[in-house]
Amino acid sequence: MKLEVNINNIEETEQLAEILGPLISGGTVMLLKGDLGAGKTTFAQCVGITLGVRRRMSSPTFNIIKSYNAENFVLHHMDCYRLENSDEDLGFDEYFNEQDVSIIEWPGFIEEFLPDEYLSVTIEKTAGDGRLFTLESNGAKYDSVLEALQNVIPSD
Amino acid sequence: MTQDTVILSIETSCDETAASVVRNGTEIMSNVVVSQIESHKRFGGVVPEVASRHHVETITLVIEQALEEAGMAPEGLSAVAVTEGPGLIGALLVGINAAKAFSFAHDLPLIPVHHIAGHIYANQLEEELEFPLVALIVSGGHTELIYMDDHLSFEVIGETRDDAVGEAYDKVARVIGLPYPGGPHVDRLSREGADTFDFPRAYLEQGSYDFSFSGLKSAVINTLHNRRQKGLEIKKEDVARSFQESAVDVLTKKTMDAVEEYEVKHLLVAGGVAANSGLRQRFESLCSEHDVKLSIPKLKFCTDNAAMIGAVAHHLYQQNHFASLDLNGRNFIDIELFV
Ligand SMILES: Nc1ncnc2c1ncn2[C@@H]1O[C@H](COP(=O)(O)OP(=O)(O)OP(=O)(O)O)[C@@H](O)[C@H]1O
Ligand SMILES: Nc1ncnc2c1ncn2[C@@H]1O[C@H](COP(=O)(O)OP(=O)(O)O)[C@@H](O)[C@H]1O
Ligand SMILES: [Mg+2]
Ligand SMILES: [Mg+2]
Repeated sequence: MKLEVNINNIEETEQLAEILGPLISGGTVMLLKGDLGAGKTTFAQCVGITLGVRRRMSSPTFNIIKSYNAENFVLHHMDCYRLENSDEDLGFDEYFNEQDVSIIEWPGFIEEFLPDEYLSVTIEKTAGDGRLFTLESNGAKYDSVLEALQNVIPSD
Repeated sequence: MTQDTVILSIETSCDETAASVVRNGTEIMSNVVVSQIESHKRFGGVVPEVASRHHVETITLVIEQALEEAGMAPEGLSAVAVTEGPGLIGALLVGINAAKAFSFAHDLPLIPVHHIAGHIYANQLEEELEFPLVALIVSGGHTELIYMDDHLSFEVIGETRDDAVGEAYDKVARVIGLPYPGGPHVDRLSREGADTFDFPRAYLEQGSYDFSFSGLKSAVINTLHNRRQKGLEIKKEDVARSFQESAVDVLTKKTMDAVEEYEVKHLLVAGGVAANSGLRQRFESLCSEHDVKLSIPKLKFCTDNAAMIGAVAHHLYQQNHFASLDLNGRNFIDIELFV
């Protein structure tokens, strides 16, 4: 399933995160795609806040994996930017389990280690602070996430 | 005379595999660093592999070499110290496991060290720290302002809310087509350019010592994108200069504000971006203007190394701050709660 959401400014990015947050549960894997500066980290931060992360979530580009305590689970914020041209397995299996949640920037560089099912979010710049968010589900669990999202999303 | 403290220290939190022997927290007996970026370049690659694999292959040799260069047998050591975090778990664990094995085999106390404390104490390898002080840590993974009124007492007064400044350098370098790691290239180009773009300065709320560099990153990307679309010429050196001016303005303004508010006479700058010529020059002139002592360690002590870990470990040793053999790597450790 695929859902497109037009965002006009950063407040609307926060609103989208507030709607998506409650639909995230243990085991959820969310991929964040888009160019440099598209807003992946910004969106991950907004989602983290709705999940109850209290610590500041800064960019994980250098450390690749940063883990946080959310209200109901551990959240792994990953960024595979520096894994371009590398086939290194950083033990991703251990992170993609039933209990934890992972949000992954630049997932294209670890294609071979990704789980079979996930929610993919692609962010593209439009005019000014505008963004086009394209959410795609891969697997039944994520189909229902998108269905639920579709029902609550304010139509523009 | 009190007895000398001689510590073997190990650092593997990110791309460098490093070991060192330091006496009394100040005297470097050996300092071995193998950078993955270099070994990767040597083998023709372009992007460093943040490989635990690489650390595993190198760690034993690096430790042996550090001991040999120091002319030290394990029996002569007081303790073994290792970076506990923050960093990449897989990478940290290679160093931690090596340190644990060494500690167990030679019956030496094991000292866990915070990586950022290491960057600050890198200065102690060259001169005494004078308290109270403010330290600015600027690297690929960190941008932090820390206040210290005594040894091992750290107060984080500001940190980045998004990208670290080194990360912003690397990403801007990429969008203007410079090789990785981009910091030094942007720095060099910027000397030939002018601040024509007037990119935003992210000072954030009044009184905040936090940083933000993702807006600057976006401003550079947007500007390039717009000019390309309109077919306008892009002078890379002007982009580099304009970016650097914005970054340096914000870093130095916030740091000097903190120096003033906390009434310190000693400013430390460390981390890979401390190599930046624009940042150094600006701090040099501001500090002489304000009569503040400025310390920026030599480049080899600014980037990741193990000697800096040994410098912190000396003080931890005196406080009997030891870890048991179940020490684990952590990708986040609060430096304020670390000791
Ligand atoms: N509607 C919006 N949604 C998200 N970010 C926005 C929006 N409008 C403006 N921005 C800005 O765009 C920038 C996005 O930067 P961010 O670091 O989040 O991007 P990123 O995709 O994580 O980049 P990278 O590939 O470097 O990791 C921020 O400065 C943010 O404030
Ligand atoms: N002259 C310079 N100007 C700006 N940035 C630089 C310069 N030299 C190195 N850097 C940057 O410093 C960073 C590396 O810092 P380092 O301390 O090794 O990082 P970390 O400790 O996070 O691994 C990189 O982002 C690199 O581009
Ligand atoms: Mg990001
Ligand atoms: Mg470092």
